[in-house]
Amino acid sequence: MKTPIQFRLNGEEVAAFVESGANLLDVLRETVGDLSVKGGCWQGTCGTCTVLVDGAPRLSCLTLAEACAGKSIESVAGLRRGADLHPLQNAFMERFAAQCGYCTPGMLMAAKALLDRNPAPTREDVVDAICGNICRCTGYEPIIQAVLDAARGDNRRRA
Amino acid sequence: MSITVKTFARLADAAGALSSERGARFLAGGTLVMRAINEADPAIETIVRSTDPTFSHISASSGRVELGAGVTMAAILAERELAFLHPVARGVGGPAVREAATVGGNLFAPSPYGDFAGALLALDATVMFAAGFGQREVPLEEFLRSRERAATLVASVAFKRPPAQTFRFTKVTRVHPKGISVLSIAAQLPLASGRVSGARIAYNAMDKTPVRAKAAERALEGRTLDAAGVAPALAVAADGTAPVDDAIASAWWRREILPVHLRRLLVGAGQA
Repeated sequence: MKTPIQFRLNGEEVAAFVESGANLLDVLRETVGDLSVKGGCWQGTCGTCTVLVDGAPRLSCLTLAEACAGKSIESVAGLRRGADLHPLQNAFMERFAAQCGYCTPGMLMAAKALLDRNPAPTREDVVDAICGNICRCTGYEPIIQAVLDAARGDNRRRA
Repeated sequence: MSITVKTFARLADAAGALSSERGARFLAGGTLVMRAINEADPAIETIVRSTDPTFSHISASSGRVELGAGVTMAAILAERELAFLHPVARGVGGPAVREAATVGGNLFAPSPYGDFAGALLALDATVMFAAGFGQREVPLEEFLRSRERAATLVASVAFKRPPAQTFRFTKVTRVHPKGISVLSIAAQLPLASGRVSGARIAYNAMDKTPVRAKAAERALEGRTLDAAGVAPALAVAADGTAPVDDAIASAWWRREILPVHLRRLLVGAGQA
C-alpha cells in the first residue's frame, strides 16, 4: 500500500507516494531521486545516511518516511549554493577529509547540524558531533580539523 | 509483505491497537523497530504510532520526575533539571541516534543496549502503561523480568529525584566516545553520617536485562565510600549476574572487569 506524503527537501516542496513502512533513506534515493544520501548499514550504525530533519540530525535509514510529512529535510545535495560550495565542503577538500568518500555525506550533515547550533565548537564538540559516523579511511583527524576550520572560516586554499 | 502504519492521536487508542492486533509493533524513535523492518522481520505486520503530546512530556521541576516514554535522549540532554541523567543520555549513540532513541525504547533494548534502563533501575523507577482501559503502574524491576511478554504500551516512567551528588553512572566501552556497552553501572548512594544508607546499584549488559546488584547493595550498607569500605561489595559484585558472550565482550571478561569499574564508581577514580 502506498501513502502520499509531502515534505520540503533542501527548500523545495516534494510530494511522493511511499510504501507503507518505508524508511526515509529509501524514499529519498529511490522515489525522490536524491542520490546524495548514502546507505551503508540500514541498522543505524554507520551514520552515512545522516540527514537533517527540521534541523536535527537523523539517521534516514531508521526514520519512518511517513513520519516526515510536513517536515523540512536537508541532504548534502542542498549544501552548495549554485557554484559555491558550503564552507564545510571546502574545508573537507582542503583538509583531505574525504578519501573513499562513502562517509562524507553523513559527516557533512552531522557537522552542519553541529555548526548550525554551535558556530564556535570545541574539538570535543566536533568529536561528539561525528561520533555516530564511521570513517574507515581518514582516521577522523582530517575530518575534525576540517570542521574546526569551517567553524573558524579558515578554509582558504593552501599553496 | 506489506506493512500497515496506524497513527493515533491518543496514546490509549494506540495501546488498544497494539494489544488487539497480532503482529503489531509500536514505533517511537525507530532505532529498534525500523531496524527490524529493514531486516524484513516477518513478525511485524503493523506499525502503531502516536502523536499524543503526553508521550514526549517531561515533568522534572518537583521531587518526582516523570518522563514520557517518547522522550528522547536529546530532549533529556536539553533539560537542565535532568543534569544528573545527562551522562547516561550522552552515552546513548551519536547525536542522530540521541534525537531518535527514546526512554521507552530503551526499556526494551536487548543487551548490551539499555544503559538508560539500567540508570532508571538504580533510581527505583516505576513504569506506567497506557492500557486500553486506563493506566497502571509497576516497578521497573518487575517490568524488566517480563518485558518480552509485555502486550501493552509503556506510557511513561517516574522516579523520585535523587538527592544532589548521590547518583553516579559509568559506561565501559571499547570505542570512545561512542561505543556499545561492555557494561554500565548506575548507582544511587545516599549517605547518612558519611555512611551508605539504602544504596541501589544496577548493571547493564551483565544479564539479559538490566539487573540490580543486590549483594553489593547489602554489602555496602553502613560502609564508607573508600577503598576499605567498598571492599566487601566488590567481593560480591558479580553475584546474581549472568552476563553473556557477544561481539563486544565475553561473559568472563565482563565478570573480571566489573569489580574494577564498580570500585572506580564507588570510590572515585582518583582513589581507586
